[in-house]
Amino acid sequence: MDSPLKLTKKDFASDQEVRWCPGCGDYAILSAAQQVFPELGVPREKFVIVSGIGCSSRFPYYMKTFGFHTIHGRAPSVATGIKLGNPELSVWIVTGDGDSLSIGGNHIIHLLRRNVDVNVMLFDNRIYGLTKGQYSPTSEVGKRTKSTPFGSIDRPFNPAALALGANATFVARSVDVYSTHLRQVMKEAYGHRGTSFMQIFQNCNIFNDGAFESIRDKGLREDNLLLLRHGDPLVFGKNQDRGIRLSGCNQPEIVELGGGVTEKDLLRHDETGPIGYAAMLAEMQPPHWPMPIGVIRRIQAPSFDDAMTQQIAEVTTSRGKGNLRDALYSRNTWKVE
Amino acid sequence: MATEASSKKRKRKAKRLDRAVIRFAGDSGDGMQLTGMQFTAATAAAGNDLATLPDFPAEIRAPAGTLAGVSGFQIQFASDAVFTPGDRPDVLVAMNPAALRANIPELNPSGIVIVNADAFKDGDLRKAGYKASPLDDGSLDGYQLFKVELTRLTRAALKDLDLPTQAIDRCKNFFALGMMYHLYQRPIDVTLVWIDRKFAGKEQLIQANRLALKAGYAYCEATEQFASFYEVPAARLEPGTYRNVSGHQALALGFVAAADRSNLKLFQGSYPITPASDLLHELSVFKNFGVVTFQAEDEIAAIGAAVGASFSGALAITSTSGPGMSLKSEFISLAIMVELPLVIVDVQRAGPSTGMPTKTEQADLLQAMYGRFAEAPCIVISASTPADSFDAAYEACRLTLKHMTPVILLSDGFIANGAEPWKLPEVDNLPDISVPYHRETESFLPYSRDPQTLARPWAIPGTPGLEHRVGGLEKSEGSGDVSYDPINHERMVHLRAEKVARVADDIPLAEPIGDRSGDLLVIGWGSTYGAITSAVRRARADGKNVSQLHLRHLNPLPRNLGEVMERFKQILVPEINLGQLSLMLKARFVRPLIAYNKVQGSPFASEEILNKIDEILEAR
Repeated sequence: MDSPLKLTKKDFASDQEVRWCPGCGDYAILSAAQQVFPELGVPREKFVIVSGIGCSSRFPYYMKTFGFHTIHGRAPSVATGIKLGNPELSVWIVTGDGDSLSIGGNHIIHLLRRNVDVNVMLFDNRIYGLTKGQYSPTSEVGKRTKSTPFGSIDRPFNPAALALGANATFVARSVDVYSTHLRQVMKEAYGHRGTSFMQIFQNCNIFNDGAFESIRDKGLREDNLLLLRHGDPLVFGKNQDRGIRLSGCNQPEIVELGGGVTEKDLLRHDETGPIGYAAMLAEMQPPHWPMPIGVIRRIQAPSFDDAMTQQIAEVTTSRGKGNLRDALYSRNTWKVE
Repeated sequence: MATEASSKKRKRKAKRLDRAVIRFAGDSGDGMQLTGMQFTAATAAAGNDLATLPDFPAEIRAPAGTLAGVSGFQIQFASDAVFTPGDRPDVLVAMNPAALRANIPELNPSGIVIVNADAFKDGDLRKAGYKASPLDDGSLDGYQLFKVELTRLTRAALKDLDLPTQAIDRCKNFFALGMMYHLYQRPIDVTLVWIDRKFAGKEQLIQANRLALKAGYAYCEATEQFASFYEVPAARLEPGTYRNVSGHQALALGFVAAADRSNLKLFQGSYPITPASDLLHELSVFKNFGVVTFQAEDEIAAIGAAVGASFSGALAITSTSGPGMSLKSEFISLAIMVELPLVIVDVQRAGPSTGMPTKTEQADLLQAMYGRFAEAPCIVISASTPADSFDAAYEACRLTLKHMTPVILLSDGFIANGAEPWKLPEVDNLPDISVPYHRETESFLPYSRDPQTLARPWAIPGTPGLEHRVGGLEKSEGSGDVSYDPINHERMVHLRAEKVARVADDIPLAEPIGDRSGDLLVIGWGSTYGAITSAVRRARADGKNVSQLHLRHLNPLPRNLGEVMERFKQILVPEINLGQLSLMLKARFVRPLIAYNKVQGSPFASEEILNKIDEILEAR
């Protein structure tokens, strides 16, 4: 590890033909990963990408790393086993809104609660793509899909808020086509010890095209995205002239800067702020609010794998390294001559 | 201690017995399992062969004093070989009327009944459904009834201790245990040592339990109630070092041994479920062996983590019971598809659905064989006795590592919770089961195959140059790339089947115990071993032409099984299910056989099988 690894994007592209629909947001995320991975200083053989089932879950086949395309919703459990089996590995989960929030809902919350040191990229396109267009647990009420011809009556999850509810130690958001931002979020996620949860808004141009128009379109997104930077005031807008402050009753409100209102009056982003603050950010979304992206929450807490390694070391120190013969012959034995 | 005590006071007669069957029964809160386990430990120390049957309700504390709350523990011990916990107890220790009522029907005619006379007040009787006290109404005539005021005597023995009455009353099971130690001349020091360790730092409780135990012993010695006491001389076991072991302990040690001898990290993913949880408890202690136990959020995550750990290079196991097996089936399919080593332990219980979680059954065999969608063959083996569970676990690991495909290991509530003496193996004699990881990068193909076993290479993350992807989609032979090619799919389906079929080259041939050929062959698997062995021995001693074959390997079956079956005129297959092995054998070998089935949540009594053998042979 002393000599710098000379890896490039090319080193992470597998020989498999990428088979997402032309125009799918997944291409941009794949490209971002292939650019970020060589920059992390990790030998290629130490990456493992684990996925469930869904369009996004084909991801491992296109990365020239170790990869495991598992079963629907269960990637967090397999990733946990891989990390506990070999804590030296850099483990990445690729999942979708259906995979991790519907069939795999139980696993994702427990992964976050335990704080296993893995990185989760949740591609949120608010639709089931691989099964050809049913509403998902993040689809908005009223959405007309193949399985909801009269509109969905199903209240959606907010993935970032759900992650916060599970006491996640790292929660971030980005957008498929906002590649400089996405790459930065992926690097921050890698740098966090514990479960790093990334909600990545991703357009399905076949079954849910335009779902994120206001935050993906270059002409619109500057007015609708709120870029979170630790310590900076919550300012947004094409001209950076709007901000968010707390009203008298601790309700957030949007204010125009100028006319007596300065940045000093605004909330300043604190990644370690109380969970209520993080939840407030997670709940904001257009059209009324801007969409906060970047690192919403980052706190330090012991990771499950570190705690496991430590406990094994402690018990080994106190009891001595296990000896098989002693284990067999230790308890109340007797001899028959 | 025992000899010293017996030489004192009036000389009562010692009766010499070859074997004895004792059952302790009481309320769930009376500590009957603990009492039984202590009696077992003392009996093991006395050098007897033994077998035990714990039998308890699913409710942790059912309403006190009711039939639903009765917990029992039976042990058979002898001065020769013991194969079962015994058909009928010779002695019943009943701590309350409900325990008496639930267990008296199974007691030997003229057997001994010891009751806690203090627990037969009107209210107690009502709760057990007695209209009049069975102690006075003559219904126990024919048995040797001993009314002992266990509560009063325990209180008297512990009167000088500064403990609340409730705590003192909890010691009455040790008073009863002490009595039984005298009655059967067991050494009490094993339990004294246990008390000191269990209650370390709680001097009052140490004193209380020691006093209760010794008081019970002394009472039995001094009272004139008992005309005699019993001696069951030590068994003539094969020379070696022995310990008493439960099926769960033996399984755990088997896995630890397999990991040690294969130089792999042992990983267990599990979710609490009766009666399999004890395997998680047992293995979680072995931290200083580097064993990782992971209590997952559910059954699916438990096996998922095991599959992940296997991918990363660990010796991975997951353990569960029937309902969990159903939940795990999709992941077992994945393990078959990605061809990774994995042991799935199914400690079977009575079903379907929640069924009778604390009661035993053998009804998951067909699920293990066929309980997955599509063509998903799996190696299936079984454990036959508590001690045999060590060998079964070791064998499961050997097969899964060598053949790179999952192994289902079937145990059940009876053998997992039961216990027996175990002749300890010499560690150096355990076979080497290590399998090197693949390291060679030159022309590496993740789905290339060993020409003999058809196993694919185990190439683990972290190995430079071997980066590859696995997954549930169909694999192209060799490269492992995703493939929808119809011919490739058919070839891969055949390869996965052939891989499991070839395990038959790696297991011993079937070898009947008894004769090479004859009138009747009794074929069994799993926990029926003891009852069948005992029945066949008795039948042979009677001059009957009957032999026995017990199967460890259920898929694939031994190569010569059909040929062995041909050599016998009739085949009897006893199972605690509706005929699952029978069905497999009939389908495979297309020959008639006699299925003998019982599904009452309890093991066969050897007498039941003996009667069946007699019936078949007499009908000829």
